Amino acid sequence: MINSRFFNRSELLGFLSLLLLLAVILPLFLDVFRLNLVAKYLTYAFVALGLVMCWGYGGILSLGQGVFFGLGGYCMAMFLKLEASSVANTKIQSTPGIPDFMDWNQITSLPMFWKPFHSLTLTIIAILVVPTLLAFIIGAAMFKRRVGGVYFAIITQAIAAIATILIIGQQGYTGGINGMTDLRTLNGWDIRTDHAKVILYFFEVFVLFACIITAQFIRLTKLGRILVAMREQEDRVRFSGYSVANFKIFAFCAAAMFAAIGGAMFTLQIGFMSPSFVGIVPSIEMVIYTAVGGRMSIFGAVYGTLLVNYAKTMLSESFPELWLFGLGGLFIAVVLFFPNGLSGIWRDHVARHIDRLIAMRSSKSKKAWAIKSAADGAPAE
Amino acid sequence: MFGDYSIGDLGAIFAMQGFAGLILFSVYVLMALGLAIIFGQMGVINMAHGEFMILGAYVTWLTSSFFQSHLPSLFSGYFFVAMILAFIASGALGMLVEWGLIRHLYKRPLDTLLATWGLSLILQQAYRSVFGAREVGVELPQWMMGSKQVTDTIEVPINGIFVMVLTLGITMVVAYIMYKSRWGRQVRAVVQNRVMAGAVGINTEKVDRYTFGLGCGIAGIAGSAFTMIGSTGPTSGQLYIVDTFLVVVFGGAASLFGTIASAFTISQAQSTMEFFMSGSMAKVLTLLTIVAILMIRPQGLFALKVRK
Repeated sequence: MINSRFFNRSELLGFLSLLLLLAVILPLFLDVFRLNLVAKYLTYAFVALGLVMCWGYGGILSLGQGVFFGLGGYCMAMFLKLEASSVANTKIQSTPGIPDFMDWNQITSLPMFWKPFHSLTLTIIAILVVPTLLAFIIGAAMFKRRVGGVYFAIITQAIAAIATILIIGQQGYTGGINGMTDLRTLNGWDIRTDHAKVILYFFEVFVLFACIITAQFIRLTKLGRILVAMREQEDRVRFSGYSVANFKIFAFCAAAMFAAIGGAMFTLQIGFMSPSFVGIVPSIEMVIYTAVGGRMSIFGAVYGTLLVNYAKTMLSESFPELWLFGLGGLFIAVVLFFPNGLSGIWRDHVARHIDRLIAMRSSKSKKAWAIKSAADGAPAE
Repeated sequence: MFGDYSIGDLGAIFAMQGFAGLILFSVYVLMALGLAIIFGQMGVINMAHGEFMILGAYVTWLTSSFFQSHLPSLFSGYFFVAMILAFIASGALGMLVEWGLIRHLYKRPLDTLLATWGLSLILQQAYRSVFGAREVGVELPQWMMGSKQVTDTIEVPINGIFVMVLTLGITMVVAYIMYKSRWGRQVRAVVQNRVMAGAVGINTEKVDRYTFGLGCGIAGIAGSAFTMIGSTGPTSGQLYIVDTFLVVVFGGAASLFGTIASAFTISQAQSTMEFFMSGSMAKVLTLLTIVAILMIRPQGLFALKVRK
């Protein structure tokens, strides 16, 4: 490792200001409705974070992140749905004790693959393992054969299309186009109250920061450096004796797991899951969050997600017909003019001045620092 | 699944479904031809390809309305005028897009994908603002309506036959342009070695622009043909874009023959299965099979051997 510290000074600044924004400022100034909206945006930040790892660092553009987001969300929704369809709640159905949409589709017993979702522990394991496993299978099949770049993008997009058609088609098992609605409690705790929403928001922020720290950790290890090296000069890394495929599979799996965590959070926050968060369009929108934030920046991904989603809510509330023009223009502008997104703008235009300010202050107080650090026995910055 | 049908019935089913598959095949081929030229020859991912097709469809619809109100006597022949106009409109827009957007991104194929996706969103919204969100359908001229009775149990619609003949003709023209004409030779030279092609005096920028225009123009014709068999809405193009990309990738990029063969396989598989199971499951099975085959054989059915 070149840098022995976990965060350098500007990263620490970014980390703390993001923490301040999400954990203090937003909850203080927003009402519960808006805070819940922010919580919804933040679920996409998990996906964007995963994309920073696999697209920004690994150079693998996946257009199927919605599939993993959806898998995580559906696993969570299946647990909540089973809890909501207890025998007492569903006694008017012809078969009590199964989810309502199964009853409507003349299914009379719970299918096998639903059974594990009676247990919260198994559900959490499923949320983490099932999408990662799928990503592993896709990644192993493709990267071992050195398929990458645009082919990978197209195939993941096709997988997103397949997943949507499958979910909509298998109405009896998945709830079809309406998805799984009417989710009520988590182990007896009502998730629909305002109080619960605030608690879930803080829980989500906590998990998000855990993921950010994980991503930062991966970035700083040798693994992260190999990912970057691979993106720049894949053949050289291969000739140096590294298995390029395995590193790509890892990055893709990690991205899938982050997306799945985001999906599960989404279900908890919003209280339903539907195929409209799985398909081609949401998947590619998740890519634009990362692109706007800066595909190389972990914090940028979170800011980009918040910003694009905020713009989407604002514009589609007041000028619904303008939103698609705005989104389309955003795609083009980011790609043509700001390939490094917000974080690139920040680095080129703002960070310079801040660095200079800090440098000025530290040169003024160098003496004080030196004395202080000598007294503390800590190395001076 | 075959138990309830007699042999004769099954034969008729397969013939009719096969023919329905042939119409789907025509749409796939027309769309994939343009895409194969752009993606296969230039390596550009054009996510807005479906929108170029829909532009052709709207131009056809406008032409048919114009003929209906102003030149009703010539209405039976409007389609040929519409086809040419669709080609020109989509081709011109394609060249404009190449000039304004694509040429800045030749070295970043993944970014082209994102930018053209943005373009497709803008075009979709533009269609919605101009033509309205509702789907529009053209009125077919008299001679294209009805169907032809082949045997007692088999009948085929005439507009389907027409679309197929059209596809055949356009495929032959494209094959001629790409493989026999001087210009096609230039395109292939640029694809195989851009620097060398430039060194021997080919204007590679111009070749790129016209290639992209030609690909988009063919998409416009595809849209024109599409109006014969279905109605057009602002988002109709998006429904076909993934399928078409799979057709091109499955056939092996840069191989026109491969594109046609894979369009045939995919459309026939889908329409035959559609009769025996629900449409969505047929589609899922078809797409899954293609993805699985592509994982085993990433270069597609027919790969062009080029020394890189």
